[in-house]
Amino acid sequence: MSAHSEAGTPVGASPETSAVSSHRSEPSYLSAGHTLRSWLFTLDHKRIAILYLITISAFFVVGGLAAGAVRVELISPRGTFMSNEVYNRMFTLHGVVMIFFFLIPAIPAILGNFLVPLMVGARDLAFPRLNLLSYYLYLAGGLLALTAAVTGGVDTGWTFYTPYSTFYSSSQVTMTIAGAFIAGFSSIATGINFIVTIHKMRAPGLTWFRLPLFIWAHYATSIIIVLGTPVVAITLLLVVAERVFHIGVFDPRYGGDPVLFQHLFWFYSHPAVYIMILPAMGVISEVIACFARKRVFGYHFVAGSSLAIAVLGFLVWGHHMFVSGQSMYAGMVFSFLSFLVAIPSAVKVFNWTATIYKGSVSFDAPMLFVFCFIGLFLIGGLTGLFLASLATDVHLTHTYFVVAHFHYVMVGGAISAYFAGLHFWWPKITGRMYPEVIARITAVILFMGFHLTFLPQFLMGFAGMPRRYHYYPPEFQTLHVMSTAGATVMAIAYLLPVIYLVWSLKYGRVASANPWNATGLEWQIPSPPPTHNFDEVPVVTGEPYDYEHLALSENEEADGTRAAVPRPQLDPAARGGAA
Amino acid sequence: MSAVSRSSHLSQPSHVAFDEVSHQFEDIEQQREAYVVGMWAFLVTEIMFFGAVFLIYTVYRTLNHAAFYEAHKQLDIGLGTLNTFILLTSSLTMALAVHWAQVRNRRAQIMALTSTLGLAGAFIVVKAIEYSHKFAHHLFPGGNFVYPDASIADQARLFFSLYFGATGLHALHVVVGMLVIGAMLTRALRDRDARADYIPVEMTGLYWHFVDIVWIFLFPLLYLIPR
Repeated sequence: MSAHSEAGTPVGASPETSAVSSHRSEPSYLSAGHTLRSWLFTLDHKRIAILYLITISAFFVVGGLAAGAVRVELISPRGTFMSNEVYNRMFTLHGVVMIFFFLIPAIPAILGNFLVPLMVGARDLAFPRLNLLSYYLYLAGGLLALTAAVTGGVDTGWTFYTPYSTFYSSSQVTMTIAGAFIAGFSSIATGINFIVTIHKMRAPGLTWFRLPLFIWAHYATSIIIVLGTPVVAITLLLVVAERVFHIGVFDPRYGGDPVLFQHLFWFYSHPAVYIMILPAMGVISEVIACFARKRVFGYHFVAGSSLAIAVLGFLVWGHHMFVSGQSMYAGMVFSFLSFLVAIPSAVKVFNWTATIYKGSVSFDAPMLFVFCFIGLFLIGGLTGLFLASLATDVHLTHTYFVVAHFHYVMVGGAISAYFAGLHFWWPKITGRMYPEVIARITAVILFMGFHLTFLPQFLMGFAGMPRRYHYYPPEFQTLHVMSTAGATVMAIAYLLPVIYLVWSLKYGRVASANPWNATGLEWQIPSPPPTHNFDEVPVVTGEPYDYEHLALSENEEADGTRAAVPRPQLDPAARGGAA
Repeated sequence: MSAVSRSSHLSQPSHVAFDEVSHQFEDIEQQREAYVVGMWAFLVTEIMFFGAVFLIYTVYRTLNHAAFYEAHKQLDIGLGTLNTFILLTSSLTMALAVHWAQVRNRRAQIMALTSTLGLAGAFIVVKAIEYSHKFAHHLFPGGNFVYPDASIADQARLFFSLYFGATGLHALHVVVGMLVIGAMLTRALRDRDARADYIPVEMTGLYWHFVDIVWIFLFPLLYLIPR
């Protein structure tokens, strides 16, 4: 077992770390005020992250319960306890809540909000009031969507395809769309805040290629948010206008084109899956370097691949529409471009595995979640190529194959990474360590439960089981039952962290400033950080992830022969000059 | 650890109501740059928002060119031209307001902002007159839409949907702009020593020019369709 997982003060803590944490000048952000008001009207990015954490977790529970209900319903070929109407509303609720109110905000709004200012060495995001506004917009949008759910629900699927959503559906489409619309502005606010903070508020010496890859990932994500979200906003607005005024923009009776809706919708909603996965990839890069004790292999390529994904992600939306009557030539171009996205994604996966190669790997819970991510994302990514191929997509589209592919990337990928990040930074966020053994068990349960849930769905989809169907032929029952059993296992893996993380708030071991002995500015300040993050503006003099140097200087310290190796890490003493 | 940290202003609450550096910034320069970058990022979202509108319009106008040509004759080119003139002039007065805010000429800045606000109001009034004519002629694509030439009524309905959608969203942006300009005006009126930072006015200017540019695209697209 490596040194960094030992208890208490890390053996190899860098001198800066102990110096900073020993004279804490300000109270931590958690003890800066205990009134409800001090939380609800806080402008501190860390507290806003906590507000997001609580709210988003609540929405995750809602979305998860809806998923559970759908899985239970599908145990039997003729359904078990729902009417067709309720079933349609249930899977729509699952999709809407999970996409708009969990996956899109989860990592950026919780971990990103907490960490972006810390990682760039700033006292807060550029616009703290905008940040608080984004939280309340998210909350308002979410509550509106939930109100729609309990006052009748919506049955269009999360994609709101016209003309069903504009003309036929008599469910709460307008209110649900209003919720998603408002939540969109919340994301835009967060995206703008990140872009400005990363551009303008980096600490002295923190050049672009010294930035942690988490920051690169969030920068790429913010670009997608800023460019894509307004398009879906106007599109959803027009759907509402269509429902209310019958203006005819998507209505074939007046010369409108329902397929235009699909183009506009996927122009955002395909890049939106990169909004969900790119921050996850940022988390993976941070965690993997720390637990392999190596610098990330091919840093520049991993950073550039985030931007490449952001750019290419905008050029592939047509692959959702291979069977929607789009021209064959458009289909061929979109197919080709969709294959191109596999390149930067593969660059990341190869570079992460190369990072592990010859590293001093330790298997703490965050690292196990990272392994979950890599395995599941690999399968999810490669099955995406099946769907990007025109011919196979005609067979596989609108089947469970798509559902399984999407969940491998989103649930297997994004949520594993979210858990990896939550565990990795939990000591920084709360000042407490989570219980290690049970967290590792959780990661294993999650991995197994996940495969049991979604591998059968690949098989079903390949055999022709359409998605969103309530009734199905009996030959699919075995696979459906397996999938539901897997969902139950996954539910346990989701429930456990809720229990032990909350437990750790009171009973967890007190965390040191840098329990993982990680590089990165956020680990050079106390856990939990003081309200203004840094007593002094840090000055960065070297690359991120310099674990080799860190190990070298630790050994020398241990030998008592500290050589003149230039410290690549933070050097607060040098800050005057570079200011 | 010396106490020369630039974060020292944290412990010295600023007594200057204007020209204040928020705690997360190192100095006024960084704050100004952050505000400007933030405003441009916001304008990018606005461009994408209206970009989708223009895309939808382009698709449908290409598909129904003849009908759109006929339908656009129902629009009042005179009032449209008047509004273009009004809005372009308001951009001039806004640019002057930014200039005078930078050189701290409070009196001139107040005059320029007042003119901008007045012109924006005039734009809305003209727009309201146009809208009321359309409503009176049953050209609003709601329940009682009636188009004189029944053979192209459906495409004309689409044209007026896009007309009301695009100009309505634009008018909404004008109204929001008026609120912001009003806030800038109030700020300038209260700032007796002309100490206020000019950046908020500059950002308002950026937004206002964007609103103007959207109209510069909307006017020819809707009012000046060639045969």
